[in-house]
Amino acid sequence: MSEEKYVPKTKLAEWFDSRLPLLSLSHHLRSYPTPKNLNYWWTFGGILTFCLITQIVTGIILAMHYVAHTEHAFASIEHIMRDVNYGWLMRYVHSNGASMFFLAVYIHIFRGLYFGSYKAPREMIWIIGLAIYLLMMATAFMGYVLPWGQMSFWGATVITNLFSAIPLIGESVTNWLWGGFSVDNPTLNRFYSLHYLLPFLIFGLVILHIWSLHIPGNNNPVGIDVKKGSNETMPFHPYMVMKDLTALLAFLLLFFAFVFFLPDFLGHPDNYIPADPLITPAHIVPEWYLLPFYAILRAIPSKLGGVIFMFASIFVLAGLPWLDSSKVRSATFRPLYRKFFWVLVVTVVLLGYLGAKPPEGIYLILARIATAYYFIHFLILLPLLGRYEKTDPLPMSISDPVLDKPGVMDKFKEMAGKYEGENVGSFK
Amino acid sequence: MLVHLNRIILTIFISIITTLSFADSQHSHGANTNYLKTDWSFEGIFGTFDRASLQRGYQVYQDVCAGCHSVQHLSYRNLSEKGGPEFLPEEAKAIAAQFEVTDGPNEDGEMFIRPGRLSDKFVKPFPNAKAAAAANGGAYPPDMSVLAKARKGGADYIYSLLMGYEEAPTGYELDDGVYYNKYMPGNKIKMAEPISDGIVEYADGTETTKAQISKDVTTFLVWAADPHLEARHKMGFKVFFYLIILLTLVYLSKQKVWSQFGSKEEKEEEEAFDKAERVVTEYEGEDPKTFK
Repeated sequence: MSEEKYVPKTKLAEWFDSRLPLLSLSHHLRSYPTPKNLNYWWTFGGILTFCLITQIVTGIILAMHYVAHTEHAFASIEHIMRDVNYGWLMRYVHSNGASMFFLAVYIHIFRGLYFGSYKAPREMIWIIGLAIYLLMMATAFMGYVLPWGQMSFWGATVITNLFSAIPLIGESVTNWLWGGFSVDNPTLNRFYSLHYLLPFLIFGLVILHIWSLHIPGNNNPVGIDVKKGSNETMPFHPYMVMKDLTALLAFLLLFFAFVFFLPDFLGHPDNYIPADPLITPAHIVPEWYLLPFYAILRAIPSKLGGVIFMFASIFVLAGLPWLDSSKVRSATFRPLYRKFFWVLVVTVVLLGYLGAKPPEGIYLILARIATAYYFIHFLILLPLLGRYEKTDPLPMSISDPVLDKPGVMDKFKEMAGKYEGENVGSFK
Repeated sequence: MLVHLNRIILTIFISIITTLSFADSQHSHGANTNYLKTDWSFEGIFGTFDRASLQRGYQVYQDVCAGCHSVQHLSYRNLSEKGGPEFLPEEAKAIAAQFEVTDGPNEDGEMFIRPGRLSDKFVKPFPNAKAAAAANGGAYPPDMSVLAKARKGGADYIYSLLMGYEEAPTGYELDDGVYYNKYMPGNKIKMAEPISDGIVEYADGTETTKAQISKDVTTFLVWAADPHLEARHKMGFKVFFYLIILLTLVYLSKQKVWSQFGSKEEKEEEEAFDKAERVVTEYEGEDPKTFK
């Protein structure tokens, strides 16, 4: 199915579309050709769009009742939870929605890593995606500060203090971020302002992300280019829309299991204790989705080093399209890369586990090994693999793997026999 | 080479997991987290509060805890709201009227004291946290509005703590005004054992054992922290019921829509034929269509 150009059916449509081509855009979005072999790992883009919109809508409603002041923030959250009609629902959807957003984005990123979606000609999609991910982390971090519980306050203190590690200007930068000499009301107020702003920047970047996707088209599980205008692609609507919707509803089952039955499971109990600058919690831990980076931060003996490595662990991903020199995209045809991919997944999960533990003894040693391996994977293994790995033969087209199934050739012979009116085997 | 790599990776993972489980077992220090297990009626996806237990729990809070602990986010009207203790509105009104609330300023600019109303928040025993701490040997008795959410273990932890007072082990040093508790992190607690057999008298004739009283007040605190728990569970059930039906219908529609693109079997046959055509062409060195 190739993409046909939009042809207006009425005079009015033609008049409108020649001035503002919204109808053309809508036509493009519906007929956008997608490879027919996309699996359910490809539905997370749609799920993420849903997550972003859910966060924005529930967030706007919460903002109508929230008070960004150290004296009132905690009580205003309780007001939302108790007195605002369905306030508890809005807040639990918003707080669990953040976790679901990150769960989906991690699946989305690892899907890209497995199937080589970051490789030419899709580098821009990947890099814009990383920018979105960075903004997501900043937004989530600042959102976690707003309830002004103990973890809010101490999390904010730990993270903003990282900037004091910058040589010479560190202290001034930190004071500038705080709007004073410690995390206090000005800090809470600006975090609220930015927490409201950043999601709209993310929204803008999502549009660029999708735009840059629509230039080369989707990668696919086989990782070879599809022939546009062949029966290898199908229009986005209704095929992918229906598949995305199915996946979204299944995802919502998990989402709502948390919202309705385990609403505080993913949060930390300490955040239901109002912030107290005089009492430090026994363990200051960020939300689960930031734990791997927290582990890397604490694995490095020097503060500045920790900060550098933490940021580097994300920025190294931006170099991925060039670090991975293999011409083969999909891990399906890369026997070695496939193994190292899973080792990387386990390493990141391990780092997440260690991020929740105190940085001492065996935990610290393992965190250092895992951090080292994380960078080795991207900076050493990937460039070497591209050079030395013996990849499996690629199929001719995305339909080809079907033919390798046992029995298909026999079936063909039978069919051909009918067609010719005799047994194909006798050709020989 | 590949087989070796598999084995190496597997060995490393197994040794990491073994090390971590060993480290974790070494690391669980201080507090006893084997909380006493109780069958709470509010647990599970259909969980609801035991109305009578909530009403008794309110009484325990008022008679035993309220001298030191505030629940500043609760209002008296909550006591008669659906999903809570569900006192009759007159009963809740009478409860509110027992308390003195400072209001004002009036037209002369004076603050004045009046009886509590349904719309008032629960009256606090101390004007602020400093005053509360000063009156309690320097330890602030925490506000209990969200206590059940603010402690790891929730209801089980609170119940266990109330039941966990013991004689300190021999040789264990305790300062004056500090007590030994099995479940308190660090085992030292500044609150004297608050609940004992018969410390309250229940109007409904329920026996007043320490365990029963602790259970009732814990139930009350869980409700105080999460007053919409029942509404949440009910809505959750409806949402799941609806979602599962919708998911089934959408999935079936999706299958139907996709079948219009050509069924999988048809496609396989078609593709098998295309490929075989190529094979035959190669073998025969000519176009198979010219066979005829």
